[in-house]
Amino acid sequence: MTLTIDTHNLAAEAAVSAPAGTLFRFATAGSVDDGKSTLVGRLLHDSKAILADQLEAVARTSTERGFGGESGGIDFALLTDGLRAEREQGITIDVAYRYFATPARSFILADCPGHVQYTRNMVTGATTADAVIMLIDARKGVLEQTRRHLSVVALLRVPHVIIAVNKIDLLDYDEAAYREVEASVRQVTAELGLGSGLPSEVHVIPVSALVGDNVVDRSARTPWYAGPSLLELLETLTVIDDRDSTGRAIEAFRLPVQLVLRPQGAVVVAPELADSYRDYRAYAGQVASGSIKVGDTVSVEPGGGTSTVTGIDFAGVALDEAFAPQSIALRLADDLDIARGAVIAAAGTLPPVTRTLEADLFWLDPRPLAPGARVLVKFGTTVVQALISAVTGRLNLATLGAEPATGLAVNDIGQASIRLSRDLPVERYRQNRRSGAFLVIHPQDGATLAAGIVTAPGEATPAGDGSGAGSEVSP
Amino acid sequence: MRAPPVTTSIASHRLSELDVLESEAIHIIREVVAEFERPVLLFSGGKDSVVVLHLAAKAFWPGKIPLALLHVDTGHNFPEVLEFRDKTVAAHGVRLTVAKVEDYISDGRLVERADGTRNPLQTLPLLDAIAAGRHDAVFGGARRDEDKARAKERILSLRDEFGQWDPRNQRPELWNLYNGRHTVGQHVRAFPISNWTELNVWRYIERENIELPPLYYAHEREVYRRDNMWRAVSPVSPARADETVETRTVRYRTVGDMSCTGAVDSLAASVADVVREVGVSTITERGATRADDRISEAAMEDRKKEGYF
Repeated sequence: MTLTIDTHNLAAEAAVSAPAGTLFRFATAGSVDDGKSTLVGRLLHDSKAILADQLEAVARTSTERGFGGESGGIDFALLTDGLRAEREQGITIDVAYRYFATPARSFILADCPGHVQYTRNMVTGATTADAVIMLIDARKGVLEQTRRHLSVVALLRVPHVIIAVNKIDLLDYDEAAYREVEASVRQVTAELGLGSGLPSEVHVIPVSALVGDNVVDRSARTPWYAGPSLLELLETLTVIDDRDSTGRAIEAFRLPVQLVLRPQGAVVVAPELADSYRDYRAYAGQVASGSIKVGDTVSVEPGGGTSTVTGIDFAGVALDEAFAPQSIALRLADDLDIARGAVIAAAGTLPPVTRTLEADLFWLDPRPLAPGARVLVKFGTTVVQALISAVTGRLNLATLGAEPATGLAVNDIGQASIRLSRDLPVERYRQNRRSGAFLVIHPQDGATLAAGIVTAPGEATPAGDGSGAGSEVSP
Repeated sequence: MRAPPVTTSIASHRLSELDVLESEAIHIIREVVAEFERPVLLFSGGKDSVVVLHLAAKAFWPGKIPLALLHVDTGHNFPEVLEFRDKTVAAHGVRLTVAKVEDYISDGRLVERADGTRNPLQTLPLLDAIAAGRHDAVFGGARRDEDKARAKERILSLRDEFGQWDPRNQRPELWNLYNGRHTVGQHVRAFPISNWTELNVWRYIERENIELPPLYYAHEREVYRRDNMWRAVSPVSPARADETVETRTVRYRTVGDMSCTGAVDSLAASVADVVREVGVSTITERGATRADDRISEAAMEDRKKEGYF
């Protein structure tokens, strides 16, 4: 028995559903005890995203543990700190994902721990976020952890950053005290270059997570603050990073090939159509950036071949155009040698292939990095062997400048030179946030050692060097 | 080749929420199928696993789904769900393996619990079936909005040979670059609809016109009140002498073991009715219907550490 998928019309669907682009991802970060979990709980509670049974369970635990008090008997941190160890130590250990919606849009919230040993989780949350909310304790101002997290936001080019100056109630809503904190925050963000390029603007908001000031509703207790509440801001920020003013993708088209769809007769289409699908061959992947139309010319690496797009398929629906982040299958006019790991790009837009690159590394593993380390790197759908030939520097959090370094320890943000075992079309992260990002992986135990972003591709491999088909590592 | 019908493009280059989630899930499914040798999909006939199966079909169109299916049958499943399961498996032309908790109880490898709940007993048959099939990747329909412990699970979650989840030692998950490397004996649990909410799932079922077992919709059933839930009268879950059996119009929000899954009062007879009902619900789906999660605040975390899905 064959099964045909009930297909739908994407364009019609987009027209009848809520306005497109209504899913917004954000991450929260800050130091321990800045009240981050409390803020998240307050945001969820005041936007009515917490359901009765969850509130009841938290209220019960709050009472058992003697928490609560000012917040009306409820310790909001218990809503997100769900693991036993978190409850026992009163800290957040791991990224917790929360989901809520307002009439304006739907949100995915990555609640990232502030404890220094879990900085890697902040990096995790920031790589997929449209915005990062940095919490600062109004009484303590900018701390080393604040600088570290803001550096992460700056380097990863998170589209928006919001600084929530929390516990403003403990400063008796004093404007002068708030302005002092705001000035020191703006000094750090200026030093890091935040606000020019990406993130495009730095928003600073005085809040009290405990009491609820400026979280969902604007507070009458901060008449000297004229800006939006935190939720108002989240509802209105645009996902602007890779779009022009008309909303069209501006980065060049990139499709990392995940696999080749070649059913060879084992098809699910109606029996009378089966014959026409006997030679079906398409390259499946998620558009990483840009857009593509039927009839466009594309080039492919490795190999350097070019061809024309003859079809864009999405589960039985033929599209005449596709764009990031759609998962599609691309049909080409020519029979090129394309396998998993290849990149299909708009013709003429791929940089020349190279075997060396300079990168910033966010070192995430407890085992330190020493120069000469042999690792695997994963770009898109390609995994290749690599050698970290040199560590050239490390970010000094006091000066926010580079300092000399010979290795990297966990939580360090450093610069390194990397040699690849085969040619890749390496791109700067500044130019393309998807193709310029990579993982550093331990070759034996498979641990993710670092997040990497390309700062400069190395010299182009001379044309005609046939060694490009070197060792690709299968996972 | 005869081309399928062409749709017009979306001028704004923006995807709706459901389209973003759908493309993300298809990307995850394709990554895992490309990188692993013997992936398997856990399929119970419940709505979340039905959605994952539908996404897998879309991911590999026009080819067949290149996955084996696995169900751990507690022996307490609703008969109409098992019937639906087998019908769906046949329609997709995939192979299903059923691991039975009943077999483990009858030969003594597992002991029936005092409370009669069999959900926690699924872990051992699951791990044995994963080992027997030499599966290195196991797809599940778990969602992060279901539970506080699940809210902290990665999309690709590495498990040791005991199937254990170590929440303090999870790999960071960066951009959409999934690291599926593992050593012999380890396997990976993959959750393509991690970022979907209950409402997203129902809206998707509505949009894609996906068939579900009938008990997800309002129907008349003989029930009795226990633990603040409506429990179905069945051979494995009879009413006690002090419990009053009545016929009510109910539906199920989750479908698991008859002995621990409760129904809710509902008149939602169509998928559109259910979407409306879920949109205004004030209680989470597991809170409303699952006795096994009421054992303690960390019940799910404890089961997951032992290898539960």
